[in-house]
Amino acid sequence: MGMRIVVAKPGLDGHDRGAKVIARALRDAGHEVIYTGLRRKPSEIVRVVMDEDAVAVGLSTLSGAHNVLIPKVCQELISNKMGDIVVFAGGIIPESDRDFLHSLGVRAIFGPGTSTTSIIKFLETISERRKNNLEVGVGEDSRWRWD
Amino acid sequence: MGLIQESINLAISGNRRELARLLSSIESGDTLPLEPSKSWVLGVTGPPGVGKSTLIGRMIDEWVSRGEKVAVLAVDPSSPKSGGALLADRMRMSSADSSKSVFVRSLATRNHPGGLVPFLDSMINLLSLCGWSRIIIETVGSGQSEIRIVAFADRVMLVDGPDRGDIIQAEKAGIMELADLIVINKSDLPNALNASNFVKNSFSYSDKDSNKLVLLTSALNNDGISNLINEIEKLKINNERNSLRMKERLLSAWDYLLLSNPSFNDILLDLESGKINLDEALGRL
Repeated sequence: MGMRIVVAKPGLDGHDRGAKVIARALRDAGHEVIYTGLRRKPSEIVRVVMDEDAVAVGLSTLSGAHNVLIPKVCQELISNKMGDIVVFAGGIIPESDRDFLHSLGVRAIFGPGTSTTSIIKFLETISERRKNNLEVGVGEDSRWRWD
Repeated sequence: MGLIQESINLAISGNRRELARLLSSIESGDTLPLEPSKSWVLGVTGPPGVGKSTLIGRMIDEWVSRGEKVAVLAVDPSSPKSGGALLADRMRMSSADSSKSVFVRSLATRNHPGGLVPFLDSMINLLSLCGWSRIIIETVGSGQSEIRIVAFADRVMLVDGPDRGDIIQAEKAGIMELADLIVINKSDLPNALNASNFVKNSFSYSDKDSNKLVLLTSALNNDGISNLINEIEKLKINNERNSLRMKERLLSAWDYLLLSNPSFNDILLDLESGKINLDEALGRL
């Protein structure tokens, strides 16, 4: 049985080819993917994750605003008692910004050139860790990350 | 008090996350101790691409402005190969992600034996207990299983676009008999009026259908929406269509029972190998 995963496009960013490729790949791996469409506010993304009872949310950003938008999503998830939700990100996120995002609880960051199989493997790992009660959620100990 | 009961009470008191979780547990086959409640349900179906989700988005806004709380169950098929699903109906409903008076849940059919049908009743009941006063079930109307899903609504609306043809398929599938009203969306495009006249015409062949409503809307321009809601609110539950819907519900419950029979697969194998014939198979079931 696959997971329920939200694929979201936060902020003012009109490029969703990457997000759609990921959505399709996750579907083909047996997951139920809820795609938000373009230009969502962090609060709206959190609402979708909540109402859809998703276990993970993938944030795709190519606009350069990742250091503002991704932390907002993380904070709003935690303040809504949804610290168990897994957050991962993709798009154009420079190496130098990644430690900061990981420290907020983002478990994986996938850049250009990532193969879809490695994202699927990441999700399998998440599922395993959850089963073994190891931290994966955005509000849990942030030391573990996917490389 | 049990954990489930506690969670139900939280959902009823307005906790959206508990509601979302309870819907998941119904979907995975759990039976919840829910009190029966009187719900208001509209089924919306129609061919792909006619603007069902966008139209529902507009209808939500109109209802919310009239003080209703609107919940949508948007049903999409699971891939028969991978079992996964891509659920993107809610992206066409603008207030789905922000308004407090709106709750949208995407559901995949999950290749369950009997589809989603065994769970819909409980989901509707739960939503209604939680104070959602207008519940919409949306499906792509292309086959028998979709018809069975909308049969769980007391009112059924069929949506089509200006390009006819598709609606003839709908007629073949029998969805026309279940529908209380037909909406031709995209009235901003040429041919919409033609299409609506065509449908009206086809109803005039039979006395039974001659009073069926055919309305024009443009979800894009927010045209005709308020009138549509007025008409939906005025709909009386039609007894004849109600009995048709009950028949669909009974048939799907029967299918579910059959498909979840533990010896179903063994009997199927024996049937395949020619050990037994169809009559004997029925006897064993």
